[in-house]
Amino acid sequence: MNPQAIIDGLVSGSTIGLGAIGLTLTYSILRFANFTHGDFLAWGAYLTLTVAGVLGGLAAGLGAPVYPFSFGWGLPLAILGGVVLTVTLALGLDRILFGRLRARGADAIIIVMASFGASMALRSLLEFIFTAKPAYFTKALQIANPLGFGMRATPDQLLVIGLTLLLVLALHLVVTHSATGRAMRAVSENPSLAGVYGIDVGKVIRVTWIIGAGMACIAGVMAGLLVQIRPYMGFDLLLPLFAAAILGGIGSIPGAMLGGLIIGLAEAFAVQIIGAEWRAAISFVILVLVLMLRPQGIFGQRGA
Amino acid sequence: MELVAYAAFFLTIAMTYAIISLGLNVQWGQTGLFNVGIAGFVGLGAYVSAALTTPDAVERIGGFELPIAVGWLAALVAGGVLALGVGLLTLRMRSDYLAITTFGIAVALQLVFQNAESLTGGAFGMAFIPRPFAGLQGQAFAFNMVNLVLTAAVVGAVYLLLEHLLRSPWGRALRAVREDEVAAQALGKNPVLLRLQAFALGGSIMALAGAVQAHFIGFIAPGNYLPMMTFQVWAMLIVGGSGNNRGAVLGAVLVWAIWALSGALISEIFPAGQQARAASLQIVVIGVMLCVILLWRPQGILPEVRSVSRHLGRRTKDK
Repeated sequence: MNPQAIIDGLVSGSTIGLGAIGLTLTYSILRFANFTHGDFLAWGAYLTLTVAGVLGGLAAGLGAPVYPFSFGWGLPLAILGGVVLTVTLALGLDRILFGRLRARGADAIIIVMASFGASMALRSLLEFIFTAKPAYFTKALQIANPLGFGMRATPDQLLVIGLTLLLVLALHLVVTHSATGRAMRAVSENPSLAGVYGIDVGKVIRVTWIIGAGMACIAGVMAGLLVQIRPYMGFDLLLPLFAAAILGGIGSIPGAMLGGLIIGLAEAFAVQIIGAEWRAAISFVILVLVLMLRPQGIFGQRGA
Repeated sequence: MELVAYAAFFLTIAMTYAIISLGLNVQWGQTGLFNVGIAGFVGLGAYVSAALTTPDAVERIGGFELPIAVGWLAALVAGGVLALGVGLLTLRMRSDYLAITTFGIAVALQLVFQNAESLTGGAFGMAFIPRPFAGLQGQAFAFNMVNLVLTAAVVGAVYLLLEHLLRSPWGRALRAVREDEVAAQALGKNPVLLRLQAFALGGSIMALAGAVQAHFIGFIAPGNYLPMMTFQVWAMLIVGGSGNNRGAVLGAVLVWAIWALSGALISEIFPAGQQARAASLQIVVIGVMLCVILLWRPQGILPEVRSVSRHLGRRTKDK
């Protein structure tokens, strides 16, 4: 067994966990399994790439790599733009599609179906605009530095793990300690009762999309930076995202993160044991095991 | 003549989709079960039937040269068993767990089709699947016509069976569970059991459709069973009218026609280098169409017809 799998698993698990946060929040607060969430990751990566391209055109120095990373100051700036655009996309989609179905009192499963249709359309639109050819944030190559115990990691990978932990911690504190966070939990417990108590349910829904789409954009950029950007990248991550959200317990931010890391590690070890071609099946096996043994997930409450 | 032969070919494929769409109508239209893994069920039927009926091949297990009808039957059983397994796992929980799990089933089966080379032939797929009326293959027109008749007969049989079931007490109980689970339970119906039965029946029909399609085309590969197919079938049922078996068949022909025509249009308009890119627009169009119908005409072209027990006197009323 190669200990490198630990690093590989933590890195891909960070992306999965960050992406699963949005999924678990929309699931618990808006009460539907959002199949477009994977495409928010892909759109986030492409939108950030576009912003980075525009910034690079304005000031060429922004593209020059900042030691020890493979990218320049342009990328963090572009992420800000990408997050704003991805959030706009999610809020727009909620306004023209999900919000209208909700207002009509449509069944959760109809909204799931609409999200499935929108996901196909969004993904194919990416393929049309950017073609199926993979794109990259940077062409720079990085050397993986030894960390001891036979493990190696590039500075980019370490940054991704660190940044993810920081984001999740900050988000967890905000959700557990702010009035908005309390309102979010109230709405996820009982939307109509929360409305009766004077909670602005519309605002909670907007905050949910902002957090979810924002994290999805960052997760998409991370996946794009460490691997590559493809129109199907979000779709391929969808099953791991769902598995992570359910494994962690629907509605739990630390749960989604932990679920993501577990899935990432399981995938990395499975790749070494049974081969890379079966990678996508790991999330499915974990999903089935969770549904059989502990359907409420690690941090979930029974009956949720 | 050539055009008629093509029309027959086109309709035969549309009829295989009509079978899938009918299967989905049992699951979604009648029972409200959301299956996002249709492609997996169809693919399973195709591969099971192909493995049993193809001639022996050195590179993989299987190849028993059994009659086509045995392959079809085996597909029916395989689809039902898979659906039972998925159903047992998820039908007790919230409805979206079924969606997520079926999505996972399709991904996992796609991997099996792709990677289990000794069973499925891997990326190259399986060829030499016996075609019904293979003796006529030399005459394209006659061959396409008899196959169209055969496939239409399967559609007809499935349609009659489902119409019969829909009007039976069992069908009414299914709709009762869909509309108001607690009330149905209070009347002594077991919702989980009913859902399980409907899901298994639908899964069997989808797998049968896969086998029929595989035998008509004579060749299968993992690329035929992508999520794209699931999505097309959903569009078919929603456009045609979920809950209505005639709507399911109509939607299949209509959406398949839109698909084939827009594909032909794209290959006319766009230069060869841009065609793959333009083809993604087809998917955008169908995706938007699905959302638009859900927003503005959720009942589809042919709305569900309410049926009540004939002992109450037949009447149709809308919601």
